[in-house]
Amino acid sequence: MALLEIKNLSKSFGGFAALSGVSVDIAQGERFGLIGPNGSGKTTLINCVSGTLQNESGSIVFDGAEISREPAYQRTRRGIARSFQVPRPFASMTVLENLLVPLEYVGRGKMDEAQGILEQMGLSAKAGTLSNSLTQVELRKLELARAMAARPRLLVSDEAMAGLSPAEVDEVLPILFRLNEAGITIIMIEHIMHAVMRFSQRVVCLDAGQIICEGTPAAIVKDAGVQRAYLGA
Amino acid sequence: MKFWLSTAVIFGAVVAAAFAFRNEFVFYAGYTVLLYVVLATAWNILGGYAGYVNFGTPAFFGLGAYTGAVLYKAFALPLGLQILAAFVMSGLLGLFAGMLTLRLRGIFFAIATIALVVIMETLFINWRYAGGATGLQLLRPAPMWPFQSYIPMLFVVMALLVVVAVATARYIERSWIGRGLRALRDSEEAAECSGVPTLKLKLFACAVSGGLMGAAGAPMPMYLSFIEPASTFNLNYAVGALAGAMIGGTSHWIGPVIGAVILSSVQQYVSVTISNEINVLVVGILLVFFVVAAPDGIIGFFRKWLSSK
Repeated sequence: MALLEIKNLSKSFGGFAALSGVSVDIAQGERFGLIGPNGSGKTTLINCVSGTLQNESGSIVFDGAEISREPAYQRTRRGIARSFQVPRPFASMTVLENLLVPLEYVGRGKMDEAQGILEQMGLSAKAGTLSNSLTQVELRKLELARAMAARPRLLVSDEAMAGLSPAEVDEVLPILFRLNEAGITIIMIEHIMHAVMRFSQRVVCLDAGQIICEGTPAAIVKDAGVQRAYLGA
Repeated sequence: MKFWLSTAVIFGAVVAAAFAFRNEFVFYAGYTVLLYVVLATAWNILGGYAGYVNFGTPAFFGLGAYTGAVLYKAFALPLGLQILAAFVMSGLLGLFAGMLTLRLRGIFFAIATIALVVIMETLFINWRYAGGATGLQLLRPAPMWPFQSYIPMLFVVMALLVVVAVATARYIERSWIGRGLRALRDSEEAAECSGVPTLKLKLFACAVSGGLMGAAGAPMPMYLSFIEPASTFNLNYAVGALAGAMIGGTSHWIGPVIGAVILSSVQQYVSVTISNEINVLVVGILLVFFVVAAPDGIIGFFRKWLSSK
């Protein structure tokens, strides 16, 4: 059985249909890539999954339970964690305290696990630093670290590597591989093609709120529809 | 432990003062200072910890005051029970108003809380039993033993409310609730996605904050022997509570205490020595000064100073 089943999901803002009839299943333990041009609905889709937006129709089933009417915090407690495209640190707190929030509120981990997660992410030297004084790459790592502190079964990484240099991408990518090896299902939304192609086992391409192609990374790159969506006719 | 010890010492000194001084004016002025400590501390629970700027202080304070007055008129309820009832009523107002308004953010929430003040005032203007627009005269009962007169007794009662309010704020700040409130103040989406039930926490903060404001309002009709809507639902309470917290600093429970003590002491002094009108100006000037010179209040200023040394 799939860990996450999305069926016929639709969401519109006023007259603009951001998502129309999106259906996709994601298996336990999968590394799943979500690509598409700007404004194609990637972030809207994962906002609907994580609960920061409510879908109008369709269903989202996580681990056998319909969750599309649940508030975001309950979905996090069920095991869906995410990072944000634009980092949203708890700016008045230190890096360590940022992790204590999900550790405390989701309650699946112990408070002393925070230090270990920071080590895993290569942030342990910054534990006592106020999070609003971090660099871009550190902020992106903090986003992932905080999501990890929720001890998720499904991690949604929303452009965790946007704006990073190739060397920094090579720093973040192995972290995600390691998390996946530990059994966490990962949805990666990314514009950096070589990263998402290297990482994903299966890729879905969204365009104008609809899935236009699904397949292995190799097949996706060759797909005519994907090329048209990215490069124009 | 240190907190409770120093609290006991300060409270003891206040009670001793209530018996030592013969001059009633000291208590009239002191009562107001303590009242603003409670209001600023209560305001800070929602406005400081959660970052929801609330202009509705007069609505909660006023409902508390009227709850006390009406219960006294109807059943001659003792002061302690009036305060308890006021806490419950204003707490419920906070809960219901929160359900309607806490989905709004920033300036929209602030506007909604001003509307709440207008609604409450209109309600009491039109309630004949509570005196309507002309107000209600109340005869004070004899003061409780061991007090000789009523105002020093109210002064001690308000000091007790300060202890309750500060202890509550301190507990919230240091518990998991405080951590959740800080998280949602920094980013509501990120807090939700970290498992924080933001709406529930905000409702809790709004109810406790409102309840404490109401409790602080309950002794007011007895203090003045009179109650009427225009002065009870006066926006000066909103500005005073907010300014006290901002001047002292919103990130620590001691901030609103320091801010309110400084602000309303200066106000009391100015209104006696210069004039009553100037004392409103004082709030404005101090607020502008602190927003420019020390945006994180006195607490923030000292933290920066300590860390730069």
